[in-house]
Amino acid sequence: MSQELPSRESRLAFVRQVRERGAEDPALCYQCGKCTAGCPVAYAMDYPPHQIMRGVQLGMRDTVLSSRTIWLCAACETCSTRCPQGVEPASVMDALRRIAYAEGIRSPERDVPLFHSIFLGSVRLFGRIFEAAMIGSYNVLSGHLTKDVPMAPRMLLKGKLSLLPPRAEDGKALRRIFAKAAELEGKQT
Amino acid sequence: MRYAYYPGCSLHSTARDYDLSARAVCRVLGIELEEIPGWVCCGASSAHMTSELLSIALPVHNLNIAKEMGLDTVACCAECYSRLKIANREMRARKNGRVAEVDEVVGNTYRGESEVKHLLEVIAGDYGLDALRERVVEDLSDLRVAAYYGCLLVRPPEVTGFDDPDQPMVMDHIVTALGAKAVEWPYKTECCGSSLSLTRTDIVLKLCHDIYQKAADQGADCLLVACPLCQANLDMRQPQVNRQYGTRFELPVLYFTQLIGLALGIPSADLGLSKLMVSPQQLLARTGLRQPA
Repeated sequence: MSQELPSRESRLAFVRQVRERGAEDPALCYQCGKCTAGCPVAYAMDYPPHQIMRGVQLGMRDTVLSSRTIWLCAACETCSTRCPQGVEPASVMDALRRIAYAEGIRSPERDVPLFHSIFLGSVRLFGRIFEAAMIGSYNVLSGHLTKDVPMAPRMLLKGKLSLLPPRAEDGKALRRIFAKAAELEGKQT
Repeated sequence: MRYAYYPGCSLHSTARDYDLSARAVCRVLGIELEEIPGWVCCGASSAHMTSELLSIALPVHNLNIAKEMGLDTVACCAECYSRLKIANREMRARKNGRVAEVDEVVGNTYRGESEVKHLLEVIAGDYGLDALRERVVEDLSDLRVAAYYGCLLVRPPEVTGFDDPDQPMVMDHIVTALGAKAVEWPYKTECCGSSLSLTRTDIVLKLCHDIYQKAADQGADCLLVACPLCQANLDMRQPQVNRQYGTRFELPVLYFTQLIGLALGIPSADLGLSKLMVSPQQLLARTGLRQPA
């Protein structure tokens, strides 16, 4: 990472934003690397978890928010359980994803946030996950048209996949929850 | 014993067998499950990764109905369990204006009144292992079981308070109480890749491969799980893992409720055993148990 470091102000502003989005204090990280050592997905990341923690401390906003890492983190919570400083790197990953998602910052792992938006779209529409439509939409929008399609017939046969949507029991309450949450979180950024 | 039952999306779709077997076992043990009317999705990974408010508000909407029912809540899915527990913790902490925002979003003032338990805790704790042992009618002594807990039952420990985060034993104790053999193995709490299943299947295949390998190394006949997302990855993706890695794993991935049901003599059709992708038929035939239809 050879680049000029951001000013003190922008460093502090970024750390503050990460904390406001639900993270424990990333400034407490002393780079022991335990998060990375126990991370089951570190091998596939562009920056291992402890480097993301350092990047946040240094205010390297663009680097961390457009990384593959934040979307590859599986939220298994191993790092948070083991962190000797109580920093909870998993909570930092959540905060970074929330910021990147709200600001529409692109990552090479674009399929992951796409999946989340389709998943939440299903919850908003039906109250529950409508798997067949969710997988179909994901395949079309991600361009992986035939992904997992060979599994569908057996799943249908075994009653594990329904072609009918689940019944939204309380559509009004749901629409309110989604609208209000978006409204309040919109104010934060 | 009566609980508000939060099945979650999976138990109504890809994990119908978990729902069937959980209900069947509870019926036999006299544990009453009353499904939360009009429950909605907990938001799972997709909510907490993109919106903190939504990730608390969706569980609170459900828990508030359970509160009105005057009951504690039981969940079978580890992801739902985790999200409901986190919501309770947040709403009880009453800190930094977050609670007021959630109140505004959901339109109620829930404060964590409905305690959240996983069905494992209800059966091993509230019902009790000794009582369970007395109900066993089938001989499972030939069965070697690797109990797989995954992530969210045990982590983060200050949220779930579920057993030891590195060496959980609750499910192993259930296996032993049923008369089967719980194998000691090191990958009990390793991640299966969870919600990356559709988006980065390659990662899920690698993680599942490692889990099968460790279980097989210890001579396990099957994996036992308490989460529909772990089960879906480990069961449905097993043929893909074998193709990708040139392996020949054939490890049935049973829900703990299915194993309890078998030990209690509940007919396999009532346990949804035929819905498993990796068939347990050979395994059950070898142990002298009734074969699934």
